[in-house]
Amino acid sequence: MHIYKQTFMSILVLGSMIACTTAQHQVGPNLGQPMSALEIKKLDISIGPDGVGLPVGSGNAKLGAKVYEAQCVSCHGVKGQGKPVDALVGGIGSLSTDKPVRTVGSFWPHPTTLFDYTRRSMPLQSPKSLTNNEVYAVSAYILFLNGIISEDYELNQQNLAQVKMPNRDGMIDFSKEKAVTYK
Amino acid sequence: MKITKLTRLKDQSLTSNILEDAPVPATIQKTPENPKRELDRRRFMQTSLLALASSPAMVMADESIKNDFPVWSTSPGKGLNEYGQPSKFEAPTKRGVAKAYGDLAPGTGSARTPIEKLEGIITPSGLHFDRSHNGTPDIDPTKHQLSIHGLVDKPLNFSIENLLRYPMISRTYFVECAGNSAVNIIAPKPVQATAGTLHGLISCSDWTGIPLSTLLKEAGVNPAGKWLLAEGADAAGMSRSFPIEKAMDNALIALYQNGEKIRPEQGYPIRLLLPGWEGNMNVKWLRSLKITAEPTHTKDETSKYTDPLSNGKARQFTFELGVKSIITKPSGLMKLPGKGFYEISGIAWSGAGKVARIEISTNGGKDWFDAVIDGPNHAFSLVRFRAPWNWNGEPAFLQSRAIDERGNVQPTRAAYKANNAVDGRYHNNTIVTWAVQADGSVQNAYL
Repeated sequence: MHIYKQTFMSILVLGSMIACTTAQHQVGPNLGQPMSALEIKKLDISIGPDGVGLPVGSGNAKLGAKVYEAQCVSCHGVKGQGKPVDALVGGIGSLSTDKPVRTVGSFWPHPTTLFDYTRRSMPLQSPKSLTNNEVYAVSAYILFLNGIISEDYELNQQNLAQVKMPNRDGMIDFSKEKAVTYK
Repeated sequence: MKITKLTRLKDQSLTSNILEDAPVPATIQKTPENPKRELDRRRFMQTSLLALASSPAMVMADESIKNDFPVWSTSPGKGLNEYGQPSKFEAPTKRGVAKAYGDLAPGTGSARTPIEKLEGIITPSGLHFDRSHNGTPDIDPTKHQLSIHGLVDKPLNFSIENLLRYPMISRTYFVECAGNSAVNIIAPKPVQATAGTLHGLISCSDWTGIPLSTLLKEAGVNPAGKWLLAEGADAAGMSRSFPIEKAMDNALIALYQNGEKIRPEQGYPIRLLLPGWEGNMNVKWLRSLKITAEPTHTKDETSKYTDPLSNGKARQFTFELGVKSIITKPSGLMKLPGKGFYEISGIAWSGAGKVARIEISTNGGKDWFDAVIDGPNHAFSLVRFRAPWNWNGEPAFLQSRAIDERGNVQPTRAAYKANNAVDGRYHNNTIVTWAVQADGSVQNAYL
């Protein structure tokens, strides 16, 4: 009986060793440290297409024009026409022509992307430096120049995600597909 | 002297009189069954004749051998150093830098791998291509952490020090920018440049790190969590969405590249690797992974890295890279010194997994023959292919065509153009043609 017990224990030990070996990449040392709600709030600056994550604030195109003059015009050109870098305005209705022009107005499907990208990446020499109200205002200015909202429309955390972009339905979701193959 | 007089020496000692006139021993057989003996005999004859010609007349002066050697053999070399560098004679082996907006944004653009100057499948870390959106950040690893949050049971921070304690795996994975080879699609006439300039946004490294699934299991992903948003700590805050299936399948949180810590341009101290998927998604300087129900639709997955079609729509989330190959030798701007033997050498890869086969054509796709895959053939890695080629001195069109394990075949440029908008440029995996001119110069060509 004693021998039987030993053998049984050996099999158990051996079994658990094998389990450890095969599962070594599923089991870690569990060293992640809990994040507080405040930590998450500071870290998470992303904004989904539903507008969740938009900060409290507001701004319109009139104020946005001033922000644009101070921060954006040197790269994106007068009234977002581009040069030396990407144009932000124009091209609406051009996508299916021989000369498609892809801008925020003609191509970007979601207004939230404009706010998110401007706040995290712009201006190039000093990213993340604009206040939330400045980002709302300059976003409103770009949307106004594209004829999507009026000049005095007050963009805020409640209504920004509701702005309908001209190319809202222009994307074909390929996320479930494999690589494109050509026939 | 008749040759038969010397053949008998095979069976005699070195001190024998080599001119002794004697019959050829019957034991020496000039037969195909005895090729080694025949070779030995010839070698001995040559040595003996040489000695015969020079030794009696030689005046033996007392000289050192120094003058018979190059300077590096006759003086001590450089002292030991802490971090080795390539030979100064290899200075031209460097990345080609293309700043998208010039000096206005010196950190925006790309540094391309000189694939035509490299061999094998591993890209030296300092030559791995770099595509950055606002420079390379100088991150202090003691002040950097990875945060996993969103739709999880336990939002968690991982310090680099703690990540280094996790069980790791090493894998050889390529990374290719979705914009690689774009110039060959958008330029109306073929641009004459090196393979690296045209197609150098492809590199391959031995990456070591932690399977992302390990960390996600620790945080506990909620059933509603179907996507992740990966975000970098660079000035651009580069961010991309990817599905949870990929995260659990083979996503890697890499800390090491080719044995050493990841280079700053590649994401020091940590980067995300999504094997086989477009380079932009392999977020460098990774700081945050947010689990979400839907994709976030960031700037780089809407306005960029989408594939516009001629009907005005665009494919979004085209993650997997197509099967592709490029002949790197001979390639653009090289010059063959003359007709004769050359080895065709190149690289192939596929976002689907393994490369199954590579075919070569020397007449612009009329006839194809198989190249040999030389060395390892891992899934989501570069493979090196080789094929012998005898150039007859006439104009030739060299092409390679890869087929992957899923049966995907590398397409032609014409097929790509027919299936994308006029200004489509991403995911160009089309067959590359190098036109060898009669003078030996190699040019980029469209067929």
